[in-house]
Amino acid sequence: MSAVMTTTRWHDPKRYLWLLGVPVMLLPMLGGWLVDATGLSLFWWFMPLIVYLVVPVADLLVGEDRNNPPESAVADLEKDRYYRWAVYAAVPMEYATLIWGAWVAGTESLAWWEYLGLAISVGMVTGISIAVAHELGHKTDPFEQWLAKIALAPTGYGHFYTEHNRGHHVRVATPEDPASSRYGESFYAFLPRTIAGAMRSAWKIEKARMQRRGLPTWHWRNDALNAWAMTPILFGALIAAFGWIVLPYLLIQAVYGFSLLEVVNYLEHYGLCRKKLPSGRYERCQPTHSWNSNHVFSNVLLYGLERHSDHHANPLRGYEALRHFEDSPQLPNGYAGMILLAYCPPLWFAVMNRKVRAHYGGDLTKANVVPRLRAKLGAPTPA
Amino acid sequence: MQYKKWRCLICDYVYDEELGAPDDGIPPGTRWEDVPDSWTCPDCGASKDDFQMEEI
Ligand SMILES: [Zn+2]
Repeated sequence: MSAVMTTTRWHDPKRYLWLLGVPVMLLPMLGGWLVDATGLSLFWWFMPLIVYLVVPVADLLVGEDRNNPPESAVADLEKDRYYRWAVYAAVPMEYATLIWGAWVAGTESLAWWEYLGLAISVGMVTGISIAVAHELGHKTDPFEQWLAKIALAPTGYGHFYTEHNRGHHVRVATPEDPASSRYGESFYAFLPRTIAGAMRSAWKIEKARMQRRGLPTWHWRNDALNAWAMTPILFGALIAAFGWIVLPYLLIQAVYGFSLLEVVNYLEHYGLCRKKLPSGRYERCQPTHSWNSNHVFSNVLLYGLERHSDHHANPLRGYEALRHFEDSPQLPNGYAGMILLAYCPPLWFAVMNRKVRAHYGGDLTKANVVPRLRAKLGAPTPA
Repeated sequence: MQYKKWRCLICDYVYDEELGAPDDGIPPGTRWEDVPDSWTCPDCGASKDDFQMEEI
């Protein structure tokens, strides 16, 4: 068949673009170099300047790519180890930047706003690394699972490894999921709910797993514990090397890093809800249960994370093979632009509430809404 | 023959032969070997290969 002939010769146009995720991890160092070169301490804030100013504009200018790899090419794409190495390579870069930042914080006399800029810039890298850990943590290969935990250690979010697959993916787009935001819920209301909810859920999942194995909860094979344990070891080593002055740096970058993940969580499923079936289970997760973005620029930086609709409907698919679906709800910009919107709740509600209502044809009883609104709509409260 | 349970390695979903998966058209009492290979975990989309028999 001629179709087979042409598809075997299909080339992935993004193949080498995926490598961009690797040098992004090093941008704070470029910022530090620019401080030296220009004398402008503004460049300690290089990373937020890039992510919050350059990326949204680039997304607007470069635009969307709705093309999908042909189905016949997917098996080869997923077998190609190159795409895995493009992810692995980001982790040593993350550590290079974290250690460099600690060295700067420990050896240079920075003004507080410079120190803060450095910590935020590095926090952006360790936060984006949670997207790397996400891509790794979905695989069953033990090497990738360990690398995922290593990538999470700088933010202290080791429990994400457990919670994401066994918690979030199972309950996504339901009122029971701490990491799915609700219609009418601001980012600032969502943040404490998701932080506490994810930790509680991960602990419960690991406790049950240890019980099934006949092991005590406090055991090194508890994946929440062994992943968390890396953080104090890492921080302890950096404090030993550069002194106590790096402790605020480490804490700021960690908190900023995981709140970056959580703002991304906030915009990925806002208001979307799966139907409850007569059996009491929720319908299977469809592409319509996640907001999707096809903006090329930010997608490339985040290993396709923004093609989130296909990811949740088919979590085992590699990032290089994720597809666009016509019926999945679309975000008006990439994640970087949407994060800025999420930081300003009135603007977020103005843009996104309308989109949620449109998605459900005006029927908010089908949406995942905040409890006070649920009561007003007369919808049944979930158990 | 006693019914067995199979657990998804990726997300912990349990397929109980006694209950089947009626939402997916698999009636109660369906043995694991009779679950079609095309069936995937309803919670995470994992394939049948990613399930392990649960110790009883
Ligand atoms: Zn599963």
